[in-house]
Amino acid sequence: MTCKELVELVTTYLDGALDADAHALFDAHLEYCDGCRNYLEQFRVTVRTVGSIRDDELDPAFRSRLLEAFKGFR
Amino acid sequence: MTETVYETALIAALRYGDESVFADLVDRHTPSMLRVARGYVPSHEIAEEVVQETWIALLKGIGRFEGRSSLRTWLFTVMINIAKARGVRERRDADTAIAAFTGGTVDPRLFRGPDEEWPGDWKNWKEYPRAFPETPENSVLADELTAVSRAELDRLPEKQRVVVTLRDMLGFDSSEVCDLLDISVANQRVLLHRGRAAVRLVLESYLGVGP
Repeated sequence: MTCKELVELVTTYLDGALDADAHALFDAHLEYCDGCRNYLEQFRVTVRTVGSIRDDELDPAFRSRLLEAFKGFR
Repeated sequence: MTETVYETALIAALRYGDESVFADLVDRHTPSMLRVARGYVPSHEIAEEVVQETWIALLKGIGRFEGRSSLRTWLFTVMINIAKARGVRERRDADTAIAAFTGGTVDPRLFRGPDEEWPGDWKNWKEYPRAFPETPENSVLADELTAVSRAELDRLPEKQRVVVTLRDMLGFDSSEVCDLLDISVANQRVLLHRGRAAVRLVLESYLGVGP
């Protein structure tokens, strides 16, 4: 497995979805390649960072409209 | 399990017309529903209509909600169906369009060419890729990275944006996302990987550790 191949498999690896052979090759590659270890860690940080994005506050006017709709169903 | 029990109690309260429970649910789920709906329709106004229809569908169907899926999964399933029925951006050939993507997610110039020693490996693996610096939670830098990744998420092509949002921002699992979007696991992963790679690239650049 080359570095160029490994970088395309990172998401599959993180999903635990590589087949056993590919998974072993991936792990073996990480043992000797600092660059790919760093790349994998960058990907993990990226996933965590996206996970830290919070949504905007709900627009109060829209919120009131939704609550009005609820009253119609009581 | 606790979540299911909790939701069963919420649904019961909704059936009795408890407005504060409805308001809590609206506050909790509406922002992310709007974000995802926006991937299907051309304007924020239409996204609001789609989300409003979804809440009304819940209220109409509340007597029949069986709790087989979590309430959130139910809301997103119904919402995506309503959004697709609006038809605006739907393409039936979703999977084919994804499969047509080729090419890597990393600049090929960073790898050794076919005539070099160790073809396909990093050109200079002692210097690139470099580790991202430590960014403690709640630090100024962490907030900046969140803002940078959010801006990039908004710029992603819509299918990538929806998949990355559902998986990484909202925490849906792979099989839920495939069901919601009616795409194969393989294509879901292609979209997720391309989207993440784009965000990684802007983070790397922002942190000044690029090639």
